[in-house]
Amino acid sequence: MLSVSDLKKGLKFLKDGEPHVVLEFQFVKPGKGQGLYKCKLRNMITGSQFEITYRSGESFPEADVTERKMQFLYPEDDRFCFMDTETYEQTYVEAANLGDDALFLSDNMVVDVLLWGERPIGVTLPNFVELQITECEPGVKGDTATGATKPAVLSTGATVNVPLFVEEGEWIKIDTRTGSYVERVKK
Amino acid sequence: METVTERERLASRIQGLRLRGEVMWALRGFFRERGYLEVETPQRVVAPGMEPHLRPVEASGWWLATSPEYQMKRLLAGGLERIYQVCHAFRDEERGDHHVSEFTILEWYRVGASLSDLMEETEELFSHLARATLSTTLVTGPDGRALDLAPGWERLTVAEAFRRHLDLEYTGEETGPELAEAARRAGVGVPEHVLGWDEVFTRIMVDRVEPHLGRGRPTILHRYPARQAALSRLSRDDPRFADRFEVYAGGLELANAFAELTDPAEQRARLEADRQVRRGLGLVDLPLDERFLGALEQGIPETSGIAVGIDRLVMLLVGADRIDQVLTFAPEEL
Repeated sequence: MLSVSDLKKGLKFLKDGEPHVVLEFQFVKPGKGQGLYKCKLRNMITGSQFEITYRSGESFPEADVTERKMQFLYPEDDRFCFMDTETYEQTYVEAANLGDDALFLSDNMVVDVLLWGERPIGVTLPNFVELQITECEPGVKGDTATGATKPAVLSTGATVNVPLFVEEGEWIKIDTRTGSYVERVKK
Repeated sequence: METVTERERLASRIQGLRLRGEVMWALRGFFRERGYLEVETPQRVVAPGMEPHLRPVEASGWWLATSPEYQMKRLLAGGLERIYQVCHAFRDEERGDHHVSEFTILEWYRVGASLSDLMEETEELFSHLARATLSTTLVTGPDGRALDLAPGWERLTVAEAFRRHLDLEYTGEETGPELAEAARRAGVGVPEHVLGWDEVFTRIMVDRVEPHLGRGRPTILHRYPARQAALSRLSRDDPRFADRFEVYAGGLELANAFAELTDPAEQRARLEADRQVRRGLGLVDLPLDERFLGALEQGIPETSGIAVGIDRLVMLLVGADRIDQVLTFAPEEL
């Protein structure tokens, strides 16, 4: 069992029978009141996020969640096929479990697949991915200062806002944690 | 072990430590100028704070002090009228961005002062320290917002704060479940198993009130409900309230003040009640500090006293958002 003193960002535990991960954590203790542990949690199955406050003495069962390095192979109907880079064993992850992460998966990308016991429940993408723009308005030359942006569609189907000077066909680096454009990359 | 050199470790916080040293000079000058005597009371004591939410640290059968208040009040009974102390206090199991279990506390006591005298003196101390170390009273709060420490702080009663920030009325006479129900109606996430009035009150404060306090200028939160009196006396005009205030800046609590409870019978009753609560919670049983109670029986003049978290005050002056930035060593670095 885990106790409130184990709480920290990234901790995974079982709540209502499902694995949850701590996104944010703060110890608070106002005035003469009791110590409380404010957490923002994400249900790792449904992806829903919510805030909850625990008090000292509460305990949580550990969640048997492990990560395994796998390579993305191809999408198939409502699921995505991955291959373990060590055993070459193939695993399917449901699209519903991937959520928006699916929008940044490109062929052969290596990610950490999250397994709850043996059940794949999601992936942890690399913090940065490089993807090609397949569709966007023509670039505006020299405009590097205004900070204005335009939408661009990527090879994976994701849409991100990019600066006006970026052209169709170019490769860009994206921060997967925020889903935002970082810079152009030469390929 | 991490491979951070001492030089790298220090470089990340040298700014905070230099300012902290200057703050201590300015602080001692402030109190000396006003006729306060600096005192040092022992940190290993027979009886630590009895409050059920404190976890004292045991030290060879005695305890590390959770606050120097009992001994400082004995000095008042002995005839000292203006005393201050800067020392470490120990509260186990408190650790977070704004908490460390060994922290630095400033306490000062002034015989004859009212709570509003103390509010003014606190405003003067903070603005003096800011001017002496930064040459300005403008600082950045832990919430990243600008704040002016110059006197003229907001004064807000607890009831006004509840009304303003979540439109909740309370009397202090409702039961815990009734307050929990009102809190839920106001959108505070209070789980079904939380039924105690004090815990519901704390959850409301933490979730919906504290984050908004001390914006633009510090907030003095006062007129606490009597059940949150701790060691303060009840208000003479209305015993449903206690003569206690807290100071907030940028959502962070910085100080707690009392018009000190000097009635020995009332003090004994409160300590006994807390002791019963501790027993009920299965916590370690603590002795009553009989010499402290004896001092109250001998008589302490009307006094107001305040405790300030020095680490947090330095955080405010240096613009830090984590307490570790103003400590020489966090416990994890020992």
